Amino acid sequence: MTETEDDDVTGVLDRVKTGVEAFDELVMGGLPRGRTTVVGGTPGSGKTVFATQFLVNGITSANENGVFVTFEEPPREIENNMQSFGWDLHRWRKEKRLAFVDASPREGDELIMGEFDLNGLLARIRHAADMVGAKRVVLDSLAQLFDHFIADPMVLRRELFRICMGLKQTGLTVLMTAERNQEYGEITRYRMEEFVADNVVILRNVLHREKRRRTIEVLKMRGSHHAEGEAPFTLMSGRGIVAVPLSSLRLEQQSSTKRVTSGNADIDAMCGGGFFRDSVTLVSGATGTGKTLLVTNFLAGGVAAGEKALLVGYEESRGQLFRNARGWGVDFERLEEEGQLKVVCLYPEAQSLPDHLLMIQTLVDEFKPNRLAVDSLSALERIAPETGFREFLISLTSFIKKREIAGLCTATSKSLIGGESASEQHISTLTDSIILLRYIQQQQLMLRGLMVLKMRGSEHSKEIRQFSIDSAGMHLGQPFDAVPSVFSADRHDENGPIQS
Amino acid sequence: MTERVLRLFVSGNAASSQRAKETLQQLDKDGLIDGWRLEFVDVLAEPDAAEKAGILATPTLTCDVHARSRRIVGDFTDKARMLEFLSIELGKRP
Repeated sequence: MTETEDDDVTGVLDRVKTGVEAFDELVMGGLPRGRTTVVGGTPGSGKTVFATQFLVNGITSANENGVFVTFEEPPREIENNMQSFGWDLHRWRKEKRLAFVDASPREGDELIMGEFDLNGLLARIRHAADMVGAKRVVLDSLAQLFDHFIADPMVLRRELFRICMGLKQTGLTVLMTAERNQEYGEITRYRMEEFVADNVVILRNVLHREKRRRTIEVLKMRGSHHAEGEAPFTLMSGRGIVAVPLSSLRLEQQSSTKRVTSGNADIDAMCGGGFFRDSVTLVSGATGTGKTLLVTNFLAGGVAAGEKALLVGYEESRGQLFRNARGWGVDFERLEEEGQLKVVCLYPEAQSLPDHLLMIQTLVDEFKPNRLAVDSLSALERIAPETGFREFLISLTSFIKKREIAGLCTATSKSLIGGESASEQHISTLTDSIILLRYIQQQQLMLRGLMVLKMRGSEHSKEIRQFSIDSAGMHLGQPFDAVPSVFSADRHDENGPIQS
Repeated sequence: MTERVLRLFVSGNAASSQRAKETLQQLDKDGLIDGWRLEFVDVLAEPDAAEKAGILATPTLTCDVHARSRRIVGDFTDKARMLEFLSIELGKRP
């Protein structure tokens, strides 16, 4: 297979998928075939995993064999380390689908004296590639190679360039890893990306607010477009690197006109007949206004209509949720036994935001629910930087829509009377519907009010309805005729309601 | 006496490889490395041997008779130092 420079002109580059789906999307389908990509990262940023996944994907999904050139760990150690991701490198090596070139440090004394080249290495790589008919080659990591010949960096640059050219000529797609000293700044140690790489990818592992945030960024793609920005990723056992797609890339969900019940007939009526099947609804309210009750109704209503429902709880334990539900006449335990409901509770701090997202996606793929509730988003918000949270929300909502699931998320407003929470600001443009639950002061009484603020693609009631909660759940009453502003937190004074 | 081997890995007719080969042959001719058998391995022709020996650079001279293996990478700009590194005393015949 030959790769000619004409490809640059026509803009048609054959793509090699890395197996990190969201990354392949960033680079318009995969790494350009026959090109050299340098993957830079600090120690522990996941370079070896990414490189290995690139080879594994070739073997398992593209029928493309690979060569792993290791300068750091001996092949046996790599085989052991990668087992946790479910990759049986040892077997593939036996099946001649993968070959190692072991350039890891050896015992013995070495003296470097005079001129040399790296033909030995090039010959070994080519030989290994011939043996297994490889299409992909990984060199991990260049830093060790440079350290080995530390007195001759100029020679190394020249030789590395020759190796790249030599491998390119045979049509191999090459991925090299390189060390970085810091997360932001100089691209790689020894600046090797400058002379060998067609493409540069950066893996980051940044400590932010006591949390590790891993991201992948495409810095340069010669002759090709790529998406800009850092996409969060996580390392998952059994899967390797799983990146979260940058939401900006897609807005492709179709819209359903099919309605599903909110679990409460009155709210259905206010929404013009229920929620849309592939819509995301945000329920926002201060603590104690009945958000979790609405969630419970939503789940129970779905199950009663023959649907499967999934609840991901971040604020209360299963015990608390089940007890609450019982108090409102819903038996979560029985619904779970019947396989119609699944309740998963965990602390937001248990894992990073991308992990939460991937967990929800995995749960949805396994359980295949028709509706999903997340209670609450505000709890998740506290574990992530703002941009990360926004990415999370966008990814979550687009995922929910794509699977044609009815989604219900809750957000806690900080103020008791009104006002907006940050998650509300983030999510309000992303959700199709917003239901506000508010405490409303009327003379000497504190009442609860519910209103449908927004209902995309449908008429909805504009009233603010009073509601009460008892052992049978939520009961909507009459609309308020005079209420203070449900949005502002600062004008509830001693004189009672203010006309808004 | 066990046979002692000096194995030089070269790549085709690359200049540095050729220089190393000639230097070694000259040392042999001058009787400075008597008792050693010289072997030349072309990594282009025998990549398997290069893999087995873990050769990255050419020329590389390997010597496995010592407790720790010793190797010299490069085209021997300093013959005296090279012999010293290999623990071969100048002119001494074993």
